[in-house]
This record gives sequence, structure tokens and C-alpha cells, in this order.
Amino acid sequence: MNAAPEFEPAPGDTVLAARHIVKTYGGTHALKGVNFDIRRGKVTTLFGENGAGKSTLMKILSGVTTPTSGSIELDGQSVTFASASDARDRGISIIHQELSLAPNLSVRDNIFMGREIRGATGVDFAEEARQTRLLMAELEEDIDPLTLVQDLRLGQQQIVEIARALSVDSRILIMDEPTSALSATEVEVLFRVIRDLTARGVSIVYISHHLEEALQITDYAVVLRDGAITATANARHINLEWIVRNMVGENFDLGSPPTGYAFGEIALSVEDVSVADASSSERSVVDGLSLDVHNGEIVCIYGLMGAGRTELLECIAGRLHPSGGRILLGGNDISRLGIAERIARGLVLVPEDRQRDGLVQTMSVGANLSLASIGSFVRGMFLSRSQERSLVEASIRDVHVKTAGGSAPIGSLSGGNQQKVVIGKMLTTNPKVMLLDEPSRGIDIGAKAEVFRLLSERAARGLAVIFSTSEVAECLSIAHRIIVMHRGRISAEFGADATKEEIMAASGEAVVSDHEEHRSHKRDRR
Amino acid sequence: MTDASPDRSRAPRVSPRVSTDGFSLAKLLLEGRAFFALIAIIIVFSLLSPYYFSVGNFLTMASHVAIFGILAVGMLLVILNGGIDLSVGSTLGFSGVIAGFLMQGVQLTSFGVILYPPVWVVAVLVCVLGALVGLVNGVLIAWLKVPAFVATLGMLYVVRGAALLMTNGLTYNDLGGKPELGNTGFEWLGFNRLLDIPIGVLVMAVIAIIGSIILNRTAFGRWLYASGGNERAAELSGVPVKQVQVSVYMLSGICAAVAGLILSSELTSAGPTAGTSYELTAIAAVVIGGAALTGGRGNIRGTLVGAFVIGFLSDGLVIIGVSAYWQTVFTGAVIVLAVLLNAIQYRRRVKLPSPAGGSPTSPQKDKATTADPALERTAG
Repeated sequence: MNAAPEFEPAPGDTVLAARHIVKTYGGTHALKGVNFDIRRGKVTTLFGENGAGKSTLMKILSGVTTPTSGSIELDGQSVTFASASDARDRGISIIHQELSLAPNLSVRDNIFMGREIRGATGVDFAEEARQTRLLMAELEEDIDPLTLVQDLRLGQQQIVEIARALSVDSRILIMDEPTSALSATEVEVLFRVIRDLTARGVSIVYISHHLEEALQITDYAVVLRDGAITATANARHINLEWIVRNMVGENFDLGSPPTGYAFGEIALSVEDVSVADASSSERSVVDGLSLDVHNGEIVCIYGLMGAGRTELLECIAGRLHPSGGRILLGGNDISRLGIAERIARGLVLVPEDRQRDGLVQTMSVGANLSLASIGSFVRGMFLSRSQERSLVEASIRDVHVKTAGGSAPIGSLSGGNQQKVVIGKMLTTNPKVMLLDEPSRGIDIGAKAEVFRLLSERAARGLAVIFSTSEVAECLSIAHRIIVMHRGRISAEFGADATKEEIMAASGEAVVSDHEEHRSHKRDRR
Repeated sequence: MTDASPDRSRAPRVSPRVSTDGFSLAKLLLEGRAFFALIAIIIVFSLLSPYYFSVGNFLTMASHVAIFGILAVGMLLVILNGGIDLSVGSTLGFSGVIAGFLMQGVQLTSFGVILYPPVWVVAVLVCVLGALVGLVNGVLIAWLKVPAFVATLGMLYVVRGAALLMTNGLTYNDLGGKPELGNTGFEWLGFNRLLDIPIGVLVMAVIAIIGSIILNRTAFGRWLYASGGNERAAELSGVPVKQVQVSVYMLSGICAAVAGLILSSELTSAGPTAGTSYELTAIAAVVIGGAALTGGRGNIRGTLVGAFVIGFLSDGLVIIGVSAYWQTVFTGAVIVLAVLLNAIQYRRRVKLPSPAGGSPTSPQKDKATTADPALERTAG
């Protein structure tokens, strides 16, 4: 770990300094005592995997949330931000990763939302429109101020979001994934704007998954991993390899692929499946994808946000309807079946968002665990309480849920144990194929390892497992086969012996040409 | 879970607060609030009026409560599902009208005969009608994605209009039937007593028991709680959420039809405007009974107590001679108070752990922590 900073900043150089920032959510520590400096007139890029704590840190610096402990110094003065608008008044603004625009309002109204320009008779719309036009000219985007935001494409919406942040005349501008929907030309324009801003003394904090792109623009690099800073460096001294090494690190042992048995028949076969984009019908989020998974095999799907992993898994599970192709379970076409019928036939999904799609917060641990297999303990017309209890107890033991008992409220569990409940709920249906969308999201490393051990035990007993992840280290744990998705297609396929760099390269995260040959070689091998 | 240690150290500091007697009393009062409110109402009115505290008066009041109680049980099912059914008052009125119409005899002109269906056939047909109204509601909401509020508001008008059209705005007065036609006995529901208890009250009790069994002991009940608590999670767990949704509106419609039969039997007449605004009283009973309008939380016991609170309060006000206008004000105040306490109860669940820790954490994530120190230890 090259944790030692490779430079000593001049004292007056730092415009904002965060010291020992700790942020906990329930039992999970999102940030563990982070020190972070923003330098005047420079671009500081924060690198880190999903869940490393980048967005949490930025939300704290922009006043959206408050830290559990730690202090923030602005120009050497200790400050606390009461709200995002408080931070904005002090010259800090943020461009959020998720767009925070009101789609039903015009571009002009969005840019001046909450700080409308007052005229003699109410809002001075003409002045607002004039300033909007100036901003759009600066960003080289031909958007009329009166266009409704919902009529813009995603990239243009992102431009509006950027324009809004620019309109405030901030001293510190935080950009959380500003380029994720931008075209290459738009990115160039954005970079030119960033250079103009820094020349005027504005400090930029930049976050991006496109590592190479970020390397072009940044002056300083800071790497965050599991809520702690692992490295800081001047951008002149680093390269892609340095970033990846510090981002991923020498990870906790998440296990290795289960061995000592032969794979069974093909359990699940996805044939040329496409899923149309919900917002625009001409685009496909999953684009003619085919995939076979055998009994006992563990397949990992890696990809960036928006690569189509969630849509693919939800389509297989029956939540989304495919716009083309078919899905075979044990040789039978299940494309027309509902979710309940697919579960009955042994195909289950552990969804990505535990709180939204996985758990019923109003029910107990036991009722959540038994929800998917109610049919197995109905006797005559009624539920058999004793059978339900034994099923719940067996499941709690089976997936090692740490709880006071089946009647405990589900909210009393830590994130990792809640995730085990969602997995346990699906396992009690005795599935043949289990899909897990980001099963490690928001759970700590110990729980992560436990979840993976559980999956590999089940695979050894014949369960076919497909799990998705956006952390490279997880691909290289229990998976027999790693599939990389990019823009709705499979961009590469690796065995368990792939390297982090080649997986990241194939995802479009960083294009490392050296590995191209290597990759095609690997693909043939299996 | 190595990094959960600060939570663990926080837990012992929470425990003294949680286990103090004052706290438990407050919690008891909060959770049993509808029940305590009912007892308070009975005590206050018994002191104010010598006529209030008697078995005879309680039974009379209970028979008034029965109508709302039956509606409220149906309404509870809908609210547990996260919906609302504004059409039950109209369905109640329409059911009475249909019952009255059937009791007058159905003229089949093509055969030149008049059919006088026996009372049990009338009752069954009316219940089927209630279920049909519910079916329309359910299909609009579950399959056609009309918001429940709007769909049932529309049905409120349509069904009331149908009742007015049936009778041309008039009332069926003679529901007694004739012995020679074999259709007597309609007044049994509203007038008779079994072991001194009005039949209406017994019907309410039977419906409540059936409702309780459905909610607690059947797969349907579990599906209902699950899809009301989190529809997306329920659907992904294989719960037939749409069928559940349609079913609750049908059950609510049946409850309204039964209430309509009892009301018209009590009055031995069926008017097309009967039951106007009863849906609001039913919703009030459910809310006072502690159910969450967002779905997933509530039970039959609470709802019945809620119905009794409203009924005993308004009858008590009548007995001590308070004007009808003031009754409306009091009922409204009780509803607002109930919702206020609901809000406190559900917020409390979320907020409990943070005072001891003193850490500002976001409310959503705070749900992941717990009020119970024993759980905290095991979870950490």
C-alpha cells in the first residue's frame, strides 16, 4: 500500500480540509476516519469501487448529510453545514450522480429552482432565460431554456445539472460521475469548462468510474477503499495500474470456486434475450444476450452501472418482459411464465435493492423467511404454525442469520443479516437456479464472505448460481466463470484465473490495450 | 461483523432507558391507546349520564356499531393492502335497494309471472352484487392501474346513481314479505336477538372472527400483509399480488352488502341514500384502530375497538344531549388524535436507538438498528 502522500502541500493551498470523518449507517461503517483535502484551483479525483464511500464523503462535504464524527475546515475555519443550501451559500455545490432535476419543469426553471431571480413583478423570467442561454453557450449545448427537462436525452439532462452547479458561482464544485451519460464530445467540452473553472480558482472534486478519463483531467488522485483512504498522489506520478492496485487492494479472502465435482446438465439457458429500455423503445438495455449455466456452476456477471446486469437478471426471473429471445429452465421454455410459476419450477432471484425489493419491513424475520414458501406449510385451508416455525428455525440455522428469533422485527437485523434473510427466503423454496443481483451490496466484508461460502456450499450440492457484482475482487472469489457485460452485451468471458486488470478492461472501465490479445485467448479456452 | 463494535458498546447505555417503568407505561398506553380511549369514553359518559352504563344501552349501541364495524373489517383488508375503498357507503345503500327490489317481487313479463325469492336467496344475491362492485374496483386498480382513491371515488358516484335510478329516488318501505309468498323473515337480521344479543352484533362478531382467521391463519392473509408492506418484494417472492388486490376489494364489497342488509332490515325500509358518508366512518375506525394507511400494519381487534370508540362516543354525546353538530366536531378530533398517535408510534420505532448514541444518522438507515439491546448484541 502506497499510503504515504508523495507531496507536502503548502498550508495555504488547501481550501477545504475534512478531518477524521466517520459515518455509520446502523451497524455499517461507510467512512472510517477519512482525511480529505481539496486544493484551491485544482482538480482532485476520488477513486474507489462502488460502496467504497465516495458518494457518502461527497454528501458530507456538500452538506447533504452530516458525519457521525469528525470535522470540516473551510479556509482554516471549522464549519458545520446545516443543509445542502447552507453549504451552497458557502460556495460548495455538488452535481449528483443521480440526476436531481424536476422533469416536469423547463431547463430555466430547473437551473434557478429555489433561488429564483426576483423582478418588479414576481420572478424575472427574462433574466433567468438570458443567463440560462449564456450557460448553455458556455457548455456548447444548443438547448432552449424553455424546453422541458423530460424531453431531453439523458446526456443533455446531465449538462443541465452541470449548468445548474455552474450558475451558483461556487468556489468548490463536486462532480459525482458527471460524464456517465455524456458523449465523447460532451466530455471534451466539460473538461474544457473544468479547466476554465480551475484557472479562475475554482476547486473541483471529481469522481468517475472512467479511470482513464479521470486521469486526463485530474491534478491529484485520492483512492478510497472500504471507507478509508488507501493512497493519495500527485497525478503526474501515477498511472492506471497504480489506481487499480490501490482501489482493489489485496482483498479479504472471499473464497475460491468449489471443486471436486463435475457440473451437471445445463440448468438455465438464456437464448438471444433482449430487453427494451423502459424510457426509449429503440434502445435495448439487454441486447441479444445468450448464456448457459450448468448445475453446480457459479457464474459471475461483472459490469458497470447501466451495463444491463440488473435488467438481464430481472428478465430471467420474470419481472421484466423480454423484447426478444427465450429462456429455458431445465430444457423447458419458461419465457411466458409469471414470477410465482418460475419460483415453483426452481428459478429464484435475490434482488439488488434489499430494502425496496427484498424485504417486507412491516413483517418479522420469520414471516419474511417463509414468504416465498408459504405453500409448503399450508395444511387444508390454514397455515401450520408449527411447520412454519420449524421451517423458519431451519432456515435461520442454515444461512446463519444472527437474530433473537423468528419473531424479531426484520429492521432489528444488520444489513448483512438482512441479506441472509433474503437469500434464506429464496433457498427455502429449494431452487435449482439462483440469481443474485449484487448480493454483497451494502454489507460488510465478514458477511460478504459468509454469503459467498453459503453459495459455494449450495453449488457443490448442484445449485446453479449466477451473481452480479461491480467489485472486481468479488469476481475472483467463488465464480467458476466470469462474464463481463458492457452495454447490454457480453463483452468478455473469463475463467476463474482471470486478472483484475483484464476484467476491468473488458467492462469499458479502463481500456488497456495490452490485454486485448490475452483476453481473446482466454475466451477461446473454455 | 468486526466493525460493529461501537454499536455493541452503545447497547448497554440504551438498556436502562428502555427498561424503566415510566417508559414501558408510556409504551403500553401508546400501543393500547384505542382500548384505553374506549374505557375512558365509557367511564366519562357513565359519570355524566345515569342511562349510559347499562347492558340494555350497551347492546343498543353495539347494534349501531355493528354496521360500521362490518364496513370497517372490509375496509381494514383494503387498507392493509395499501389501498382505500370509498365506495362502501354507496354499495351499502345499493345493496339495501336491491334487497328491497327483490322483496317486492321480480316481474318476469315474458313469462307473465312474479317471482318472490325467499329471504336467504335475496341475501346471497345481494352479497354477490357487493362482490361484483368490489370486482370492478379491484380490476380497475390492479389491472388497469387506476389509483385506488380515484377508482373507488368513481364507483361511489356510479353505485349511488344506480341506487337512485333503481328507485327513482324513492324508498322501498315494505320489506316484511308475506307468509303466503314464503318470503317473510327479512326483519330477522335487524330486529331479532339471540341470547339477548342483536343479530347484527353477532354477524359483526362472526365476520370479525372469519377476518381474523383469514389474516392470521391463511396463506391469503400472509400474502395480504406482505403485498401491503412491500408489493415489489412480495411479487418477487411469488405472491400473486394482483389477485390479492382484487380479492380485498371484493371482500370489502361483500362486507358492505352485509351491512346494507342489516341496515335495511333494522329500518324495514331501503332508501337509495342510505349509508352516505359511511365509508369515512369506516376509514376512521380502521385508523383509530392503529392501522397504517400506507399498508401492511393493522389488525381486526384494533379496528373493532376503533369502531366501538366512534360508536360509543357519538351515542354517548346523544345521550347527554350534546348537539349533533358538536358530535361531528368530536368525532373529527378523535380521528386526528388517532392519526397523530399513529405517527408518533411509527416514528418512535425508527428513532429509538439514536438518543443514546447521540449520532445523527439518516432515518431510513436507522431502521436497521434496533430498540432491543438483546437484538442489538445478536445482530452485531
